[in-house]
Amino acid sequence: MPDLAIEMRGIVKRFPGVVANDGIDFNLEKGEIHGLLGENGAGKTVLMSVLYGLYYPDDGEIVINGTPYRNYNPARAIRLGIGMVHQHFMLVPTLSVAENIMLGQEPTKSAVLLDKEAAIRRIEAFSEQYRLPVDARARIDQLPVGEQQRVEIIKALYRGADTLILDEPTAVLTEQEVQHLKEALLKLKEEGKSTILITHKLREAVGMCDRITVLRKGKVIGTVDAADTSERELAEMMVGRDVVFTVQRSSTVGKQDVVLQVRGAKACDDRGIEVLKGIDLDLRKDEILGIAGVQGNGQAELEEVVTGLRKTSEGRLALGDLDLTGAGADVFIRAGVSHIPADRHLRGLVMPFSVRENAILGRQREARFGRSPFWANQRAISRFAREIVDAFQVKTPSIYTEAASLSGGNQQRLVVGREVTKAPCVIVAAQPTRGLDVGGIEYVNEQLLKMRDQGAAILLISMDLDQIMRMSDRIAVIYDGRIVATRDPEETNRTELGELMLTGSLSAAQAEGGSP
Amino acid sequence: MSSGARRARATFSSSVQFFKRSTFLRETAITLVSILLAFGVGCIILWAAGYSIPAVFIGLWQGAFGGKLALGQTLTKATPIILTSLSFLFAFRCGLFNIGAEGQMYVGAITTAVVAAQLQLPIIVHTIIALFAGGLAGAFWGWIPGYLKAKRGVNEFVTTMMLSYVAIGLTDYLVAPRGPLHDPKYQANQSARVALTAQFARIMKPTQVSWAIIVAGLFVVVVWYYLFRTRSGYELRAVGQSLTAAEYGGVKTRRKLIFALSAAGFLAGIAGAGEVLGTHFRFVDGFSPGYGWDGIAGGLIARAHPVGAIFSALLMGALRAGGMQVQRSGAAPADIAAVLQGLVIFFIIAPSLVRQMARTAGLTVPQWIGRVARSATRSVGGRRRRVHGGKGRRTE
Repeated sequence: MPDLAIEMRGIVKRFPGVVANDGIDFNLEKGEIHGLLGENGAGKTVLMSVLYGLYYPDDGEIVINGTPYRNYNPARAIRLGIGMVHQHFMLVPTLSVAENIMLGQEPTKSAVLLDKEAAIRRIEAFSEQYRLPVDARARIDQLPVGEQQRVEIIKALYRGADTLILDEPTAVLTEQEVQHLKEALLKLKEEGKSTILITHKLREAVGMCDRITVLRKGKVIGTVDAADTSERELAEMMVGRDVVFTVQRSSTVGKQDVVLQVRGAKACDDRGIEVLKGIDLDLRKDEILGIAGVQGNGQAELEEVVTGLRKTSEGRLALGDLDLTGAGADVFIRAGVSHIPADRHLRGLVMPFSVRENAILGRQREARFGRSPFWANQRAISRFAREIVDAFQVKTPSIYTEAASLSGGNQQRLVVGREVTKAPCVIVAAQPTRGLDVGGIEYVNEQLLKMRDQGAAILLISMDLDQIMRMSDRIAVIYDGRIVATRDPEETNRTELGELMLTGSLSAAQAEGGSP
Repeated sequence: MSSGARRARATFSSSVQFFKRSTFLRETAITLVSILLAFGVGCIILWAAGYSIPAVFIGLWQGAFGGKLALGQTLTKATPIILTSLSFLFAFRCGLFNIGAEGQMYVGAITTAVVAAQLQLPIIVHTIIALFAGGLAGAFWGWIPGYLKAKRGVNEFVTTMMLSYVAIGLTDYLVAPRGPLHDPKYQANQSARVALTAQFARIMKPTQVSWAIIVAGLFVVVVWYYLFRTRSGYELRAVGQSLTAAEYGGVKTRRKLIFALSAAGFLAGIAGAGEVLGTHFRFVDGFSPGYGWDGIAGGLIARAHPVGAIFSALLMGALRAGGMQVQRSGAAPADIAAVLQGLVIFFIIAPSLVRQMARTAGLTVPQWIGRVARSATRSVGGRRRRVHGGKGRRTE
């Protein structure tokens, strides 16, 4: 048996209402690159947070270099040579590379003065040894993301890490930077370091790792050698087998008029990285178009682009005959686009506002609440809020209660009620059932189907493949900022969709079937 | 569970509900406790410094409320503070810190002084035009940081404060002996006396209380109505509570930020105009003992509610007036009165600042305190530093 750097046995971690890790066994050999693969919510990050000591497991044990540890925290993890590179870098943007790396372990002259030069020399030595080129004197906020990541890796090495945990390292990198990262990881391997790569990108897992462990719903599905597996096999392990659904599909799919048209839309995320790379969509009356995809492939930006919250850098948007390219959210609202946002805390509700005030968010300019900006019909607002609360069964002590004190399900009912009663021609529903219990999920789904039957065009953006397959009349797969395929839900299956979502294309055996 | 216990629990939870729902009661209670605490600690300091506690408090009371003259002092000083408090809380409701009411007030005051002294207009019309000229000048002084904030993301905390010093220096130059607005009849740094047609009538002679206090009261109503009864005010508060949700609701958030700071400047400008038209009848350099700064405290003590601003301004005015009497009576030096004022402000502001900071961090107050305490005790080599991009959502 090869030397094990880390062994995790029977790890259980529960959070209220969910078992994130359900008896996970995981081991890492010395000097290997081990991929940890799984869908969003499969439990990858939780497992690694347990290993790094950020979470205390409810059960199970961690064995490092043959010694079992029970009482465990990040300080100890660092002493035992575990270093973690988070997806969101933990760097002080206004300090230099050297200052960031030495932070907390500053070398000193005569016990008090900082010896910056010593730190820089050491960093340059690391940089040389592991082929991780960085400019030790540059300021973090002036560096590209790829170099910031190298800084994070050197920081971990500087603290004596033998085992590196990289959380979704390629999510922020360009193709070229991914290549550099791969080379650096191989160099680290040569030097005897072990690496755990958290990812949901199949191609990178197969291309970079020695072994791959697949998690699904908090359990280990299996560990395979990268050399003996295929992206197809991994996709199947990740998403599981097909389940049969029965929902009344729309009878007129593909025949009705196009309501919302998106052509070649490009947009950048908040960091200025282009994440929508040319989206084409035709959303028709009387249909639910499901957008399937793994998180981080541009869904969030697509949601904002089709609601006017994010500007496109290129491309056109039109609602019927109305050109909406470059328009703001207020124009979209007036044009009849309803929006159930993915993040109800951030977007959908003003949390400290009352139910009553939230009931008109985005609708405050409707004539019935007053035509002048210096007036608002208080009675009409109260009456309307009561109507929403009654019709959508929002459980609240009164309409004057803070939205923040409602349960998640009731908050969502409020948002859904507000948005579907607009008599919209388009509804953009992003993760509309996230965080809801079974009853709440059913309720929201029913409302969406009802709106479709009344003629609305619904864009359903969801990470939940089951929901997409169940609800949609057509399914579009988004991958790396593009719509890579459109499918009829009756004629596709999880395996095919899974592969499209995870790789953006089909392997040769599967390549027949509808084109985008 | 027995029905009795269930009923008891229901009663309990409904009374808890009531307490939670009655924001007014809760906020008022917190404020009163803070004031009591401040006076309590003030007593300890007075005792330790060897002053007679009763004598100081008697002095405070007499100076603030002991007779018509004292009351007049309190009301005169409260008048501009009502308006600067409104100025602060208006911007605060939009999520902005307007630290520059002092400067906006000076700019408003000098503009009013010019309009009121140089123009010849009929009575009332002259007053109104002079008043609004001051307001608009203040609004301009607020618009600058508002514009910089909205278009360039410049921190309004810094710009409003720095512009205050510009305003104070600039007005000082204008009325200095070689300045263009200096009144040559006097040596002092002040402008010419305003025309009779523009002056506010005194309403509590022989004190300096004038129509300015009525105007301040009117603006309390206007601000309240705007914030809580209009669509525009609703949108402004939405921006203050959640920029992202306001954006989602189709609010043009940048315009709101500019408007909020301009309106805050307008209110502070009115405060300065009131001082010129009702109290001094001219622009006097250094006329404000810090009314603009008092407005920050006043707005916070009022818990950003316009009606509360009346009471917080009265408290601040009373402390200023009473403090002078404490010194005159010889019970304690003015410094002690200043200490008392500072304590009241400190105790009232500290909890609301704590809460504000906790809210920004997305935590409850106990969680926040716990976190601060932990990070303070953690050794220097700790892992948690300011996190680059730490607000991003974690995937998986």
